Amino acid sequence: MSEPAATLFLLGASHRTAPMELRERLALTADKIESFHAALGSLQGLREITVLNTCNRVEFYGVADSPDSVARLQETFCAFQGLSSEAFAAICLQAHGRAAIEHLLSVACGIESQMLGETEILGQVKDAYAEAQTRRTTGPVLNRVFQKTFQYAKHVRSHTAINEGQISIANVAVDLAMKIFGDLSSTRILLLGAGDIGEKTAKAFQSRGAASLTVASRTFVRAMELATTFNGTALPWEHVTEKLGDYSVIVGSTAAPDIVVSTADVVAAMKKRRADPLFFIDLALPRDIDSAVAKLENVFLYNLDDLAKIAEQNLAARTAHVALARQIVGEKSEAIWKQIESQAGGVFPSRHIETAAQKKI
Amino acid sequence: MLAGYHMPDLTDRNWLWFATAFYLAGFVLGALALLRERRQSQAVIYALVLAGFVIQSIGLYERGLAVKGCPLGNTFEIFQFTAWSAISLYLVVGPTFRLSLLGFFTSLMSAVLTSVSLAIPAWDATRRIGAFGGNSWIEFHAALALFSYGVFALLALTAVMYLLQVFSLKKQHLRGLFAFLPSIRDLDHINLRLLLAGVMILTASIAVGSVYWLQDLDKVNVAKVVTTLAVWATYAVALGLRLKTLLVSKRFAWTCILLFAAALLSLKPVNSSRQPLPAMPPASVQR
Repeated sequence: MSEPAATLFLLGASHRTAPMELRERLALTADKIESFHAALGSLQGLREITVLNTCNRVEFYGVADSPDSVARLQETFCAFQGLSSEAFAAICLQAHGRAAIEHLLSVACGIESQMLGETEILGQVKDAYAEAQTRRTTGPVLNRVFQKTFQYAKHVRSHTAINEGQISIANVAVDLAMKIFGDLSSTRILLLGAGDIGEKTAKAFQSRGAASLTVASRTFVRAMELATTFNGTALPWEHVTEKLGDYSVIVGSTAAPDIVVSTADVVAAMKKRRADPLFFIDLALPRDIDSAVAKLENVFLYNLDDLAKIAEQNLAARTAHVALARQIVGEKSEAIWKQIESQAGGVFPSRHIETAAQKKI
Repeated sequence: MLAGYHMPDLTDRNWLWFATAFYLAGFVLGALALLRERRQSQAVIYALVLAGFVIQSIGLYERGLAVKGCPLGNTFEIFQFTAWSAISLYLVVGPTFRLSLLGFFTSLMSAVLTSVSLAIPAWDATRRIGAFGGNSWIEFHAALALFSYGVFALLALTAVMYLLQVFSLKKQHLRGLFAFLPSIRDLDHINLRLLLAGVMILTASIAVGSVYWLQDLDKVNVAKVVTTLAVWATYAVALGLRLKTLLVSKRFAWTCILLFAAALLSLKPVNSSRQPLPAMPPASVQR
């Protein structure tokens, strides 16, 4: 029996297969994307296509008349990016039929992400699909595949703990603040020091709704600069101790060799706060906050090691759910594939083709 | 169709056992979700608690018909009514405050209060017919007082949740049950509101009762009045201290828990101090 030639395919490369230097060369930057789509338009045998282009992957999901059309797409892409076909073949992901769907669903669930279980990727996949729709490069097959993928990605995330608990230090700190204060929109945050890690934490707070950020640094100009980027305010360093009680979350990230906030300072601040808790996040090494403040009532202190330990535990918990997530992904991919097969009326091959590169998935 | 419908021939205690089963089901479902470290379906737990509440209401209604008044005549009835009050309050405030795990803890507390009261036959050995002598005001006073106990029961629960969250954050045990607890600030706010509501309801109850007592001082049972006023006064003092932020954080939460334990213990002297009234045999009531 002769096998129908049309194929649903995946072609691309990701952080799993390609080092950063190569991914940089493969990335379809904003200035390239239009001309690349123009090149795709002239490709024979390409029925449908969606381009997923993120910092960690460039992947093409499409429907082609034959495997030859997929090979032509690969040649076009390599030529466009100035990469030899041999070099691309060594790092490329390629899958067909059900395996392509399984990969897309795994990506959308965050299983394939560098930061396991992260949720941003689902939005990126949705954006890629929306762009393909705008460009009118999707058809009945990709429409069904992507729409079902979004539905099942949500199912996987809600039926496993693949995306539960934060795994970055900054987000762990924000989660803890939310356990203490709930909504962060009215919570005042003071950043001690204007270093990188403090800045990342401030960004994480702002992305989760914190509206009031104040920066205090020994160099007032630096504090002003950082505060401006967050739409916040700067506090002169010499006023930190007297104003401590006005803030609910205090993030220490200075390069000071000694303690910046002593227990006596916190005792005085708590007299001002009465019933309101005070949360210290000490990201500095050597530490900025006297560890004895943790013993005070209504005062909570987490240092860098504490946050790292929580992030590790959360990652371990996510990893423990990968097997279950993969099992669900397998079942759901099979379901989508069956729908596609019945919809296509046997146009697609019933088995998927595995290449040497595809085994890397 | 509905006109021809009549209730199955179940005793009041049968209904109350069924209600306990629903509360227990809510707790078990919540516990299973916690063991699997999954977020609980608040809607399912709410539905189970609501079903239990409806069934318990039927049971208490049946008992009320049998004892010819509000069923507050013995320890069994008082425990049942306290659980019923706490549940009715949860059904109102639960969706408003959206405190995760509150349904789980409420179903646990109700399952404990109702099953313990059902499991100790001595608490229901004597039933007092017309315990309030047909005086609807004094019956209203008693019902209000018991309802405030329901509020204080819920307050004790949210205080426990507060202490668990503080323990979790201080000791850095953040997984399992602790992962789903509401924030400290939210719990502190609801604790204050519940205390305020409880004190107001108990104050209203005492005000209603005092009208009756002042009319007929001979009927006043000093032990009962002193105990009731002592409970009211301690809660009122706790509220005053909290409002002045002199009693906050863990000490406030512990105070709420200990006061509720004391309030429950005070029910015994209050109940036993009542003047003897016609009693009813311990057999369960049938329609």
